Amino acid sequence: MRQYIPLVLLTGFVILNAAAILVGSHLLSPTRPTAVKSTPYESGMPPLGDTRQRFSVKFYLIAMLFIVFDIETVFMIPWAVTFRQLGLFGLIEMLVFIVILLVGYVYAWKRGALEWE
Amino acid sequence: MTPELKGEILLGLVKIVVVFGALQLIVMNIVWAERRVSAWMQDRLGPNRVGPQGLLQGVADGLKNMLKEETMPANAEKGLFVLAPALAFIPAMMTQAVIPFASPLPVRFDWTWPLVGRIAYDGAMPMVIADLPVGFLYILALTSLGVYGVVLAGWSSGSKYSLLGGLRSSAQLISYEIAAGMSLIAVMILSGNVSLTAIVAKQQESVWFVFALSISFVVFLVTAFAETNRLPFDMPETESELVAGYHAEYSSMKFLVFLVAEYANLFTASALMATLFFGGWDIPFTTWDQGAPTVLKSLVTLVLFLTKTLSFCFVFIWVRWTLPRFRFDQVMQLGWKFLLPLAIAYVMVIATSVYALDLAGVAFGARYGAILFALNVVILYLVFWLLDRGRLIRGARAGYRPAAVRSSP
Repeated sequence: MRQYIPLVLLTGFVILNAAAILVGSHLLSPTRPTAVKSTPYESGMPPLGDTRQRFSVKFYLIAMLFIVFDIETVFMIPWAVTFRQLGLFGLIEMLVFIVILLVGYVYAWKRGALEWE
Repeated sequence: MTPELKGEILLGLVKIVVVFGALQLIVMNIVWAERRVSAWMQDRLGPNRVGPQGLLQGVADGLKNMLKEETMPANAEKGLFVLAPALAFIPAMMTQAVIPFASPLPVRFDWTWPLVGRIAYDGAMPMVIADLPVGFLYILALTSLGVYGVVLAGWSSGSKYSLLGGLRSSAQLISYEIAAGMSLIAVMILSGNVSLTAIVAKQQESVWFVFALSISFVVFLVTAFAETNRLPFDMPETESELVAGYHAEYSSMKFLVFLVAEYANLFTASALMATLFFGGWDIPFTTWDQGAPTVLKSLVTLVLFLTKTLSFCFVFIWVRWTLPRFRFDQVMQLGWKFLLPLAIAYVMVIATSVYALDLAGVAFGARYGAILFALNVVILYLVFWLLDRGRLIRGARAGYRPAAVRSSP
């Protein structure tokens, strides 16, 4: 666990720095808000409608696909590290795993989950 | 606490302060370099007034931003709006921690200080803030955390441009993270370790992984552009579509914090490429740098590491003025339909060939690397041949018109 001590120190150091920069600038800078200044930027026009509207379901789909494939990546890392010790067994196991993964991938592709129109 | 542990903590603190300071300095100068190189490529002057060659421009900009008024849109989510820059800044500054930047430095001291007591260290100090056994996983985890800053900034601003930028960046960053992770699996196979120090050592033993795993490098290079929001993949920012994207509503120091985080990420991505594929601090064609540690060796290897890393930073700037921006659907298609299957297939090819080479009894070394390099050249040729047929990605080809346009008069 000794290697992690500098990491804890670094975390504290960086958080302190971020706080110091943001708070320091807040204290040093003037604050004179006006109604026009605090409208969100919309190319110089008065904002139209509400900002937080519904957006494309595509983004959720990508997020879900990401979870699936990212977990595959995480599964593959320990396999990759011990690959040389596992030998043929490891190779075949992973081939089976990849084939199962590919079935899901092809399904997602064919159903149009990867299309952006 | 033993005196040795205290010495280690003291050295750790010194390293943190030095590396953090150096990183700020480097980021400042990359911003300057970006502006100067851009100017050079466009045949204009760029910032050259503040200090010699305009080198102090970063200091001037920092001071100016420190004193400028902060604006906040009335319909912003106040807490998240303030927190988002910090959330982008903290992971960007912390990723650097596991990247070794020089050969070990011999350090020896034995002091007795008031309050802390005896404090001692004797031996080679690894030139890395934290030599974690999980090294590479730590980087994957932190780059994932970096997405939060960008997404929350876009969402909390209450501006449509910011929201679109944040959404796009969330989709783009997570898509390319998969391809990046997959491409590096091949590195793990060859090195048999996830610690970056061990990966550097493995490359000293054989060849740089850019030769043995060229395609991994190509995939990682492309994803690095997407992960750092650089052209040709700067969809979260696209100034001609979204003004400034997720940080359109930020001003003064908060804006500068985003800028610093972005360039720190750029430097980290460059350092990662140098470490994973170009031998890190390794000096090629010699084993001198692997011998007993001396101060000179540390200095030379540090210079070499910075040279490699900053060359990549230059490539990032160069590409910005070379390639036009992709459309968002092209970006997503490239990530999901080309880079991801390529990376997965490549992992299996490398695993099979490593198994075959081990079975044939080829010792891990230069010859091993040469065989893998030959294999890579063949695959690279096949991939380009496949791409040329325009099957997977339809780019803008001369004379190509979508079906809908063609049928209309």
